[in-house]
Amino acid sequence: MSALLEVENLAKSYGGVHAVRGVSFALEPGEVVALIGPNGAGKSTCFNMLNGQIRPSAGKVRLDGHDMTGLGPPEVSRLGVGRTFQITATFATMTVRENVQVSLLAQAGRAFSPWRRLAAFAVDRATDLLELVGMAEAAARPAGELAYGDLKRLELAIALATSPRLLLMDEPTAGMAPGERIILMRLMAKLAKEKGIGVLFTEHDMDAVFEHATRVMVLDRGQLIATGTPALIREDATVKAVYLGEGLLYGEPGP
Amino acid sequence: MKLSTRGLNAWYGPAHILFNVDVALASGEVVALLGRNGAGKSTLFRSVMGLLARTSGEVQLDDRPIQALEPYEIARRGIGYVPEDRRVFTELTVEENLIVGQRPPRPDAPRWTPEQLYTIFPNLREMRRRPSGRMSGGEQQMLTIARTLMGNPALVLLDEPSEGLAPRIVEQMASAILLMKTQGLGILVSEQNLHFARLIADRAYIIEKGHIRFAGTMAELTADPALKDAYLAL
Amino acid sequence: MSLLLAQFLAGLASAASLFLVASGLSLIFGVTRVVNFAHGAFYMLGAYLAYSLTTHLTGPLGFWLGILAAALLSGIIGGVLEILLLRRIYHAPELFQLLATFGVTLATQDLVILIWGPDDLVGPRAPGLTGALPILGQFLPTYDIFLIVIGPLVLCLLWLLLHRTRFGILLRAATQDREMVGALGVNQKWLFTSVFALGVFLAALGGALQLPRTAVTHGMDLSVIVEVFVVVVIGGLGSVPGAFLAAVLVAELNAFGILIYPAISLVLVFLVMAIVLVVRPYGLLGRREGAARAPLGALLRPWRPLHWVGSLGVAVVLALATLLPFGLGRYGLGVATEILIAILFAGSLQFLMSVGGRASFGHAAYFGLGAYGAALAVKWLGAPMELALLAGPALAILGAALFGWFCVRLSGVYFAMLTLAFAQIVWSIAFQWVTVTGGDNGMLGIWPPRWAARAPTFYWMTLLLTAAVVLGLRHLTFSPFGYALRAAWDSELRAEAQGLRPKRLQWLAFTIAGAVAGLAGALFAFFKGSVFPDAIGIGQSIDGLVMVLLGGVGTVSGAVIGAIAYKAGSIWLLSQTDYSRLVLGLLIVFLVVLFPKGIAGSLQAAWLTIRTRRPKTGPGA
Repeated sequence: MSALLEVENLAKSYGGVHAVRGVSFALEPGEVVALIGPNGAGKSTCFNMLNGQIRPSAGKVRLDGHDMTGLGPPEVSRLGVGRTFQITATFATMTVRENVQVSLLAQAGRAFSPWRRLAAFAVDRATDLLELVGMAEAAARPAGELAYGDLKRLELAIALATSPRLLLMDEPTAGMAPGERIILMRLMAKLAKEKGIGVLFTEHDMDAVFEHATRVMVLDRGQLIATGTPALIREDATVKAVYLGEGLLYGEPGP
Repeated sequence: MKLSTRGLNAWYGPAHILFNVDVALASGEVVALLGRNGAGKSTLFRSVMGLLARTSGEVQLDDRPIQALEPYEIARRGIGYVPEDRRVFTELTVEENLIVGQRPPRPDAPRWTPEQLYTIFPNLREMRRRPSGRMSGGEQQMLTIARTLMGNPALVLLDEPSEGLAPRIVEQMASAILLMKTQGLGILVSEQNLHFARLIADRAYIIEKGHIRFAGTMAELTADPALKDAYLAL
Repeated sequence: MSLLLAQFLAGLASAASLFLVASGLSLIFGVTRVVNFAHGAFYMLGAYLAYSLTTHLTGPLGFWLGILAAALLSGIIGGVLEILLLRRIYHAPELFQLLATFGVTLATQDLVILIWGPDDLVGPRAPGLTGALPILGQFLPTYDIFLIVIGPLVLCLLWLLLHRTRFGILLRAATQDREMVGALGVNQKWLFTSVFALGVFLAALGGALQLPRTAVTHGMDLSVIVEVFVVVVIGGLGSVPGAFLAAVLVAELNAFGILIYPAISLVLVFLVMAIVLVVRPYGLLGRREGAARAPLGALLRPWRPLHWVGSLGVAVVLALATLLPFGLGRYGLGVATEILIAILFAGSLQFLMSVGGRASFGHAAYFGLGAYGAALAVKWLGAPMELALLAGPALAILGAALFGWFCVRLSGVYFAMLTLAFAQIVWSIAFQWVTVTGGDNGMLGIWPPRWAARAPTFYWMTLLLTAAVVLGLRHLTFSPFGYALRAAWDSELRAEAQGLRPKRLQWLAFTIAGAVAGLAGALFAFFKGSVFPDAIGIGQSIDGLVMVLLGGVGTVSGAVIGAIAYKAGSIWLLSQTDYSRLVLGLLIVFLVVLFPKGIAGSLQAAWLTIRTRRPKTGPGA
């Protein structure tokens, strides 16, 4: 039995500069794994290689045992990988519901269909997804007018539209209010638990990382320098030195 | 030198972002502008710099209105601006970035030379000839601050200097800001992180959804945990 | 061997002027983000001014002084143009700036004829450089050797300027982030004016230096601008060394292509450009521009299907249009038919622009291919109109599919320039392949069969086709395909992450737009009874753009209204004046300055200002 996601010796270099070097890890269904590290450590490059935006220089990426190294984003998406971006990527000229409907097209093989109107396509499924993230009431609103927190939730609904088995989330809670953050992180945990979706996320908000991740991986200068439970990582001397600092900038462990 | 806004409103396209904002900043003090992403911090800085198409209300520098001026004129009157997400000229070397920021010295503001700036930010000295695009996020953040100081400003608007930086680099940033203050600069620094603000600021404003919700000293702010829970991120 | 060397050196000499013009275009674009279409006009102006100055200033010093003064004078004119025109439209979408500078180009063409007359002019030769030097048995003009030196010399000077002076460092900084440069205390206005003047100076110098080599003509602006677009697309827009490299490459391809077969040089250049674009989409030394969505018009509201009132309105308009032949005379009906064809053409461009998100500056290529496809089917295959109306769009589909495959890899101004370059290639094929297309003389006698020959019948046929196709395009906009296409434009990142394939969607949209333009072209051929290369000309492409922008991007009705207003207006205008290009050019400039967001966008913005000025009773205030 192989893991949901297997990454083996993944590397990327740009003209001699190594952005990512020999990164290997595995992720089981239902796991919520945080990838943290200083800016420029290679987190974004890693993410972009996993969803096919960047071609790795070396290494293998396998999903359920299928090699998906070097495939482009559309192909990776079809294999069952969903993604949210650091800066939300949604369709600004469409309504909230249309955003989800259009996101369902490719999987249904209807992207080139000239027949019927999109308005009549997959209405129920779109409504279900919007209910899941708590956006059903805003279905008819233009996405371009949404507040940032709502955009983040819409983006999650869009990412879930393709029924992914692996969800990549780049700074999922950045810019959200504390209350919204908790709701979103709980939703993420619930999806992982109930549907067995594997979640890999990056985050600068250490409180979110330490509270919700089942496992934390620390990346520095393109290499994984530590992996373990949140409690272990918090006390790790190397991690403190390269990333967490003196602890002035995140809260004390909760009671 | 003293900068103040009175009843400042600002719009992005159809969206009304700032509502009757009053803030002030004087030479020699560090003031924190606290609030979440999207609260209006960057918009406030951009409207003061004259970078927004639509604003109303007043922005005054030593009691003279400046809101009708072009951004370059505002900069020339002694207001330095360090934008969020760094915006160094990535094609230019560190030295060339500093040249772009260069302005003649002012009598009412500390005077900076590249040498002094290299002393404060030693990393920059090593990379003088390197294109700034090939530096890390923290180094770029230091360069934007150094570039702004090259204009010998009296007041500096510092937009989220800690954003996206490793905690260790943020701690370095804090000591640089305190050093700038001892030279007599007035600094308005926007921040989401209360812990960071506590290290550097004398006074603070809390901004939420475009409204100023709190104005007072850091001591007053920390004494009221309800404020923190209601408006701030951590 | 020696012949090849001579040809190589001649190529290098031609590269000099090309490089001067292209580097000026690149510098201006880098800092101001304006693709200065009028660059060709300034090249021409430089040549004409140099002609006048050098014929008046005699002696060796006089000649060189004249060349320099012509370039300087043009640079000053350029600076004045920047202050008077461009400063007003920097905040408009980039397309509008291209359009405005095109207007300047049109006006300049007539102005040059007004001042210097329509005939070609031959200037004096360069004093001291009239001879030729023997090189491996071949004679190379000394003036060519001078030009070979000039190119690298100017490249070095520009490099020194950009890297060793504060002005140059500011220019490079502004190329990257204009706003930031301003916020650091640099007066951008003068930076922009000076870089524009510098760029124009280089273009005019390029033109003036051609004086001893070729005759000065009033068509040299368009021929050079197309070549320069090709050069900057290959070299990378905004890169001066890239411009040099590409100028040499293009000039050498031309020089050696001519040895093989004159017409093949065009194909060679095209092939090289295609290869470069596939391997490096932003040119040899260019960099990807920010992936920001090109704001064609302020789309504040998503598209919405028509309300029933709207549907009723469409039905009423269609009914009225059907009854038109009973109320109009022969001339009026002709104008109405021409407007219908314009609606079809504008509608196809509109689909590409506001659903596909790409503004073509060479859409006439497919209009022209449609027209020639129909005409060729009639002339060479003896096809009846019914068949020819299929053959036209078929040829347009072939062309659109071929060119579109390259074009959809680019966006923004790169896309605009590449589509224009392709259209010019089609134009020169139609113009040069005299045995098949009749060249300049066109193809005559393309008449409809007897059943459709009467004006009302032809009108009704055109109306039926136009209405059906425009409604079809509208339906497509709201179909899954239309949405997928818009999704790819809204956020390519997101679209790909959902499994959509943006390039393929856009390629299909490009081909569909080409097919509809082709149908318009085929109808036009039968309407006029003839086809001329004009149908593929830049003018035709710009007509389409003006119609769409005038009516408003983002609504299907915009193209229809824009086509009616513009076509009717220009038909009337052209009947009133001999200097149509001057009037039309000034009109375009005027419209762009008056409505920098397009008529629809400007109205929307005005409405917003009025609305927000009123005191609001919303929350929070």
